[in-house]
Order: sequence, then C-alpha cells, then structure tokens
Amino acid sequence: MSEKKKKLLQGNEACVEGAIYAGCKFYAGYPITPSTEIAEGMSVRLPKVGGKFIQMEDEIAGMAATIGGSLAGFKSLTATSGPGFSLKQEALGYACLAEIPCVIVNVMRGGPSTGYPTGPSQSDIMQAKWGTHGDHPAISVTPAYVQEILTETVRAFNLSEKYRTPVVVLYDEIVGHMREPITIPAPGELEVIDRAKPDCKPEEYFPYDDRYLIAPLAPFGSGYRFHVTGLNHKQDGFPTNDSKVIRENNERIMRKIEDNKEDIWKNEEIFLDDAEIAVFAIGSTARSARFAVEKMRAEGIKAGLLRPLTIWPFPDKAVRELSKRVKAIIVPEMNLGQMVLEVERCSKGAEVLGIHRVDGEPINPGQIIEAIKKFK
Amino acid sequence: MSAPAVTEKKEKISVPFDYNKYLRPNKLPHIWCPGCGHGIVLKAMLRAIHNAGLDQDKVCVVSGIGCSSRTPGYVDFNTLHTLHGRALSFATGIKFAKPDMKVIVVTGDGDALAIGGNHFIHTCRRNIDLTVLVFTNATYGMTGGQYSPTTPIGSQATTSRYGSIEPPFDACEMAKAAGATFVARGTAYHTLELEKTILEAINHKGTSVVDIIDACPTYFGRMNKYKSATHMMEVIEKDGTVNVKQADKLPPEKVQGKALRGVLHKVERPEYCEQYESLIMEKAKGK
Repeated sequence: MSEKKKKLLQGNEACVEGAIYAGCKFYAGYPITPSTEIAEGMSVRLPKVGGKFIQMEDEIAGMAATIGGSLAGFKSLTATSGPGFSLKQEALGYACLAEIPCVIVNVMRGGPSTGYPTGPSQSDIMQAKWGTHGDHPAISVTPAYVQEILTETVRAFNLSEKYRTPVVVLYDEIVGHMREPITIPAPGELEVIDRAKPDCKPEEYFPYDDRYLIAPLAPFGSGYRFHVTGLNHKQDGFPTNDSKVIRENNERIMRKIEDNKEDIWKNEEIFLDDAEIAVFAIGSTARSARFAVEKMRAEGIKAGLLRPLTIWPFPDKAVRELSKRVKAIIVPEMNLGQMVLEVERCSKGAEVLGIHRVDGEPINPGQIIEAIKKFK
Repeated sequence: MSAPAVTEKKEKISVPFDYNKYLRPNKLPHIWCPGCGHGIVLKAMLRAIHNAGLDQDKVCVVSGIGCSSRTPGYVDFNTLHTLHGRALSFATGIKFAKPDMKVIVVTGDGDALAIGGNHFIHTCRRNIDLTVLVFTNATYGMTGGQYSPTTPIGSQATTSRYGSIEPPFDACEMAKAAGATFVARGTAYHTLELEKTILEAINHKGTSVVDIIDACPTYFGRMNKYKSATHMMEVIEKDGTVNVKQADKLPPEKVQGKALRGVLHKVERPEYCEQYESLIMEKAKGK
C-alpha cells in the first residue's frame, strides 16, 4: 500500500482491509454466513504481512485462540454471525475481565437460532452489550457504508488496544455484502494505536497495576512472567476472594469505558440543527433513514438524522440533548425493539416511535417517511 | 597382612532440586486435598521442564477449569487459567502466534475430554506443538464429585448414585486416533517414570498427550469405598496399570483389564506451525 487506492469492495472485504491497515496479525475463526468473506480474506492477506490465520474447529475455539494470539502480543481478529456470536460469548466475557484487547466482527443475520442466515437483521444490538454473563464493559461500533467498515474496523482496533478490552464491530448483512467503491487510505492517513507495553522491571510488573485505570499489557514470552485468569483477580493477576478488591476491579473495568465515553462516542448528524423530527438509526437502516430525511427536507419538513457509529456505550448524551429540541425521535431497526428502549431511556420530552421489521427485508425509506409524517 | 582391598564406592552426588525456582511460593498452599495426586504430577512436570533445559520466560502453561487447572497459578512461567474446556484453544492461539514458546497444557479429564472434547481431537489432528497433560481422576472434583468421561461403569458419583452406566473414554486411544504424534500414559504412583515420560513429551515436536492417572480420594475414593488415598493409588495406579514394555512379556491374563503405561505411540509428522511458515507463508510471499 504505497499510496491511496480506489477499489470496488464488498463490506466484508473492506473489513479485511481495515484489519490489515490497523496492523492485525492474527485471525482465528470459523466459517459462518454472512461473515465468511472476512475469514477468506484474512486467510489470503495475513500470511503476506507476516501474520497468521487459523480456521478453528468451532466458534468457541475461534474466540479463545483469538484471545491467545492477542496475549502473545498480536492484534487479533475474529468474525462471526448469529449463532456464532452466541457461542463466542463466554470467551468474550473472559476478554472483558482479563482485559485482553481483540476485535470481534458480527455481521448480523436474521435470528433467533439458525434463523435466516442470508437475510439481514439488527437483532444482536442488545447481545453486543449483554451477551456474556456478568456486568462487563462493552464497546461496539456500527458502520453503515463499505468505506466506513474499513475505517470503523481500524477504529475498533484502536479502541480495543487503547482500552484493553474486546470491541465488537456490528453491521447487518446488507452492508456486509454490499459493493461500493472505496478508497484504501494511505499509510499514516488514519491513526493506528498500539497497546501500551510496560517498561518497568519484570519483577515490578503487575498486569492489572492498580496505579493505572488501564495498565500496560506485556506480551507472553517477553520476559514479563505473569498470570492471567478469568477469576476475579488482584492487580498481580492472581485470584482473590477479597470483596474490596473484587468490587474495585469490577467497577474499574466499567469505568474504563464510562470515564472515556466522549472519546469512544462518534455520531453523524444530518440536518439536526433545526430538526423538529429526528430519526435515530444505524447500518443499512440509517441509509434508508438518510434518504427519507433528505426527501422530507425537499418537501419542507424539518426532519434530521442522528446516526451513531458507536452504539455501545450508548450515545445517551446526544439522544438526551436531541430529545429536548425535537418533537419526536423515530427509531427504525431490523428487530422487534432494542435500540428504541435505550432511546426511550435517554429521551427527555420527545415522543419516541419505533419501526421494527424482522422479515429479512430492509426497512425502506417509505416506512420512515410515513412515520415522520405522523409528527408533521 | 595385606591391607583389605578397597572397593571404590562411586558416590552419587544428588543436587537438591530447587523447586522454588519454578514455583510461586507466595501462591502456596495449593487448593488440592490431602491425598490428591496433583502435587506429585506438578513435581514431575517441574522436574521435566528443568531437565528439558527450558527458559522460564519462553514457557507458557495454560489450563482450563477444574482442580488440576489451578496448576498454572502456582508455577513461575507465562501462565494462563482459561475457561472450562478451552485451554487447548487458547494454547493454540499462543503457540501459533509465537512458535518459539514451549506451551504446556494442564487439563483434567472432564476439561479435556467432555466439555473440551472437540478441541482435544482437533488439536491432535493439527499436530500443533503442544504438550498436553491430562490429569485423569475420573471425577469432577471442583464441583464436588460428579462422574466424568473416564469414570468406570458402575462407579458411584454424586450424579451416578445408582452406578455409572456410561462407558469411559480412553484418552490415549482417542488422542492416537485423532492424530496426536506422541501418546503416553503415566500415574502419580510411578513418579520417576512419569517425570521421564513428561520430559519425552516436552521434547517431542508435535501434539503430545500424556494421560496421567491420578486418583481423587476425597470424592471418587470415598464414594467407591477405597480405604485411603494410598489404598486407592495401589489399586488404581499400581495394580491397575502395567508398563507397555513389560506387558509384552506377561501372560495375557496379567494384562487383561489394565491400563498401559509408558509411551504408547510415537510417530513423526509435520508440525502445524512449521507447516504454516514453510508452506503457506512462503507461498503467500510476493503474491
């Protein structure tokens, strides 16, 4: 990649480009529709850049080996969909508690269960936050364009490395399989963040050093011999039953995200300055919403769009502020009501209306226009 | 009178083994019950690692969940205590990402053969260079004594109060069938033999599996009317096994029903990480 390159790529292929750009050197996963192109792409690209690709025996092993690769010091990726995302949840929680950076792509397909493997959905939004047991931090980014899948994959790696936590890239099958012309950014054009590594003496190293909100992470095999467990642990990484330490650690891993929401949040706002009716949408639904909002503006109706590129932590501040200015917030989503609950929670004053669809068909602009007109 | 002939006695100088070099003494005492064989296996493992001349910074010990899986916490290497059944998957990630590390997996029979059974067979199939030590005690000890995939038919456990009706797995046969290139069995009773076997497993390039019979007196022992931990070791580990080299010389009735100890299978087959580097990475170059 010597200079900027234009390419016609599918969303999943753009994800591969983003991962390579971010410096990903390890992929472990399992084939599943509609995310398989990511595994296929990584299997070709990684060995060319000195990286490793392995197809594991199942989704669980894919997630576990991804964490192993990261502990060995390499930026690691896995990708999945629907049932695979369910299977990965236990190990995802491990990465949350053990604070192992890694990126998980979930190309959302119709559910529940095997559901509609080739059909789009946005019904894993809550799972991306609450899928694994226990209270845990969650960061999830939601690209809507092929170009954005590349840049958001890079951002996902950056957030993961910076906050020492797994990050979920969440997009629906439509965006994943859509082809659009995109520009591969030149090296240096996008920021690439690497995890902090310790510079102390090995005997002074604590993998969860309580002097830090986010302690540096040494790669295994680098001379820092330390212990990692999925049990509640002390700053030295060893298990503990000390309730004070357990509480402090559980609160700290949440605070990593809570205290840095401004850095993690990213929203696109279209026609929101003077909007009276707002639409809140992600992924392909946001594309329909954009079309609908533009059409409404052409008709003189003051509609606008708030499109979060970070869905977790939830953009509560943006929604709260918006809700004070608009009559209504319309939440179209390809599920039976997930984001709408969060919008209702944060909304102060505005009426909230969900548009839901779980038939494997996209939410079209007409449905959103119809809803906007109700509040005209 | 001539002076009596002096027979020169060759004195064996035994250097005391410095266990503390490999242990994390401030993490002791361990959680294992009195009479449990896990400590004996740990000792054999540490001596084997020492004798293999490995650099502590380059050794990684990975485990799943269960009594035996607490081992990594006590030993001074790069150590990882993972999820139930998934030790081999985490270990595969580490080894594949960093092949210069010696990765040793410590797992129990439930961890490796039940919840982790799929990972076990596929690890063997890949022949990735992992040393897998299966602490086989036919019991889920951590949860209080349920029957496991190696519990003999008819045995009592908290979930088989009327006797187990499930046939047990033979970890060695399974490993061999799945493609492991080094398969051996040891017991906590035969300590020196076990140390030698683990050393051979560590030195083997490829997936090496050592099934280590190691009784649980607290649960399996009490529920199945063994008089003591030592009685259990004598019946199950000493009398219940026979070294594979001796087995050939014994009449069939003396071998019948006994588990074979020693190296049961050893073949050379290309190792996974080396194959990836020499075939895939080479081919990908310049493409």
